[in-house]
Amino acid sequence: MFEMLPPALALIGGALLTALISSRQLRAVVVIVAPLICLYLIWQVPDGVVLRGEFLGYPLELVEGGPVRRLFATIFAIMSATGAVFAFNHARRTELVAAQLYAAGAVGVSFAGDLLTLFVFWEIMALFSTVVVWCGGTENARAAGVRYAIMHLLGGVILKVGIEGLLVTTGSLDIRPLAAEDFSTWMILIGILINAAAPPLSSWLSDAYPTASPTGSVFLSAFTTKTAILALILLFPGESILVGIGLFMVFYGIFYALLENDIRRILAFSIVNQVGFMVVAVGIGTETAINGASAHAFAHIIYKALLFMSAGVVVMRTGKHLCTDVGGLFRTMPVTMWCGVIGALAISSFPLTSGFTTKTLISQAAVDEGLVTVYFLLAAASAGVFLHAGIKFPWFVFFQKDSGLRPDDAPWNMRIAMLFFAFLCILIGVYPQLLYPLLPYAVDYHPYKPGKVLFYLQLLLFSGLAFFLLLPWMKRTLTISLDVDWLWRRGMPVLVQFVARIGKPPVVAARRRLQHGVDLLTASARHTMGHTGPLGRSWEIGTTALWIVLLLMIYVFAYYLF
Amino acid sequence: MTQPDNHWLTRPTTIRWLWIIGYSVLAMTVLLQLLIPIKGYFGVDSWFGFGALFGFLSCVLMVFGAKFIGKLLKRPEDYYDV
Repeated sequence: MFEMLPPALALIGGALLTALISSRQLRAVVVIVAPLICLYLIWQVPDGVVLRGEFLGYPLELVEGGPVRRLFATIFAIMSATGAVFAFNHARRTELVAAQLYAAGAVGVSFAGDLLTLFVFWEIMALFSTVVVWCGGTENARAAGVRYAIMHLLGGVILKVGIEGLLVTTGSLDIRPLAAEDFSTWMILIGILINAAAPPLSSWLSDAYPTASPTGSVFLSAFTTKTAILALILLFPGESILVGIGLFMVFYGIFYALLENDIRRILAFSIVNQVGFMVVAVGIGTETAINGASAHAFAHIIYKALLFMSAGVVVMRTGKHLCTDVGGLFRTMPVTMWCGVIGALAISSFPLTSGFTTKTLISQAAVDEGLVTVYFLLAAASAGVFLHAGIKFPWFVFFQKDSGLRPDDAPWNMRIAMLFFAFLCILIGVYPQLLYPLLPYAVDYHPYKPGKVLFYLQLLLFSGLAFFLLLPWMKRTLTISLDVDWLWRRGMPVLVQFVARIGKPPVVAARRRLQHGVDLLTASARHTMGHTGPLGRSWEIGTTALWIVLLLMIYVFAYYLF
Repeated sequence: MTQPDNHWLTRPTTIRWLWIIGYSVLAMTVLLQLLIPIKGYFGVDSWFGFGALFGFLSCVLMVFGAKFIGKLLKRPEDYYDV
């Protein structure tokens, strides 16, 4: 029946084994080998639909190959394996199992040929990513996990409504480019955008990711938003509203990251920022733009996981998670520091790093389409990325003041994972030819033109100058920043209390009036119907008969007249 | 263990040198434009030192923009806990 094995099965099998095996060493082998088997299977999937199924009479395309699908699945598998190397010695078993199933969901979405299959894997991701958040183990993680789950289940319902609607109107569940033009397609778009952390519902990301465990946030950084980008590429390429949404995300991420004090929350905001670049690219929708979005997603998963690894080691070793509590860690954590710096340079798209060879593709797409404003806003945002993540993260964590902390550097397995991803960041930066052939369309683009490199060096280095000159204005404060989630975390409870307080006097008064009315009614009833009242007391039989005769006469008379 | 206040990277002389080197690199990236022309896509971006000025001013705007937004949105850390 199977000509090939669905790649996601390798991770699901790995998760089951991880859950069952009691030996730590054997479990470590499983969590690392399962994603590698998955990676092998991914590269066995040819283009086109290779595995069909049926559900309630609907034809399903469980596995459909294609260049962009393979690219995303590949990086998900690489991420899963490297994350496992990083995590196996420190994460709880529950977290390792959940992370594998979460990755299986992402790989499943990558190869989903129809919307129903996509939806099922989408929900698997939502469920098990929530478990990963909960593995943070703190009260904050519990509460943020609940908010995270509600948001994603809501997004899932919206997506499902859209899928049902599309099925009713077109009769097809096939994944193909759509246009947001009616209710169903809008619902699908909104459902996907919620997972991409698009406005106004971006806050789940920065709320939940930093509360996960130091290893959990590495997994979380990779899958949810990037599968959303893949879904946008497959379903809504060239949807022009995405350009505006993406630009908003880019600057939202920068401003909130600039205000933030929590180390991992800075990185969480910069996920929104980077995903914004990809959303803009999908919105532009040309071949170069789609290549740019795909390549940038690939590079982004690597350097963002690297940054979260570096931050995770700091949180694990120091037990502190605020910029104001750390600083000067470069003395005893050189490997973590250098890996963090390389990740920071890559996210800033510094020449010779992966960010440069992928993000400039997106800028090039804006140039080709003559989108002047978009181009300059993206350039300004590139400067802003260097400001909020590229320098801010390493500076406040590893340099700044001397916090007096002298923690050990990363454990060996975490070092291996970080060094591998740092190596990939530079490899893709120096040899983009390795990545370009994997992109969905043929690439005719050369990032290393001297003029372009010089432009970006000017842009980035002078952003660095601005950072150090403006340091007095960037003092970290012991604060959080309000977001749209204020509406349900504070606004709704306050509203309920307010309504209760305002509503109480009239309700009390109305109840008193009602009580008064009921009292009057009871008294009058008692008066007329009590055993002394006119209707209640006993009458003589003769009087009653007389009354009946009288009534009957009136009735006969009335009947005769009318 | 390293002496906390005497790491070579934290000495004032080192920091002064870092600033000098930093400024020289900055100057160099701008002056290099005399040798390597930047092909502008939209006219202004080929001007001399445009990248430098654009990057610097964008950052200044963003830092003060964030400062302003922070005035409206910043709350104490335990805002949601009470």
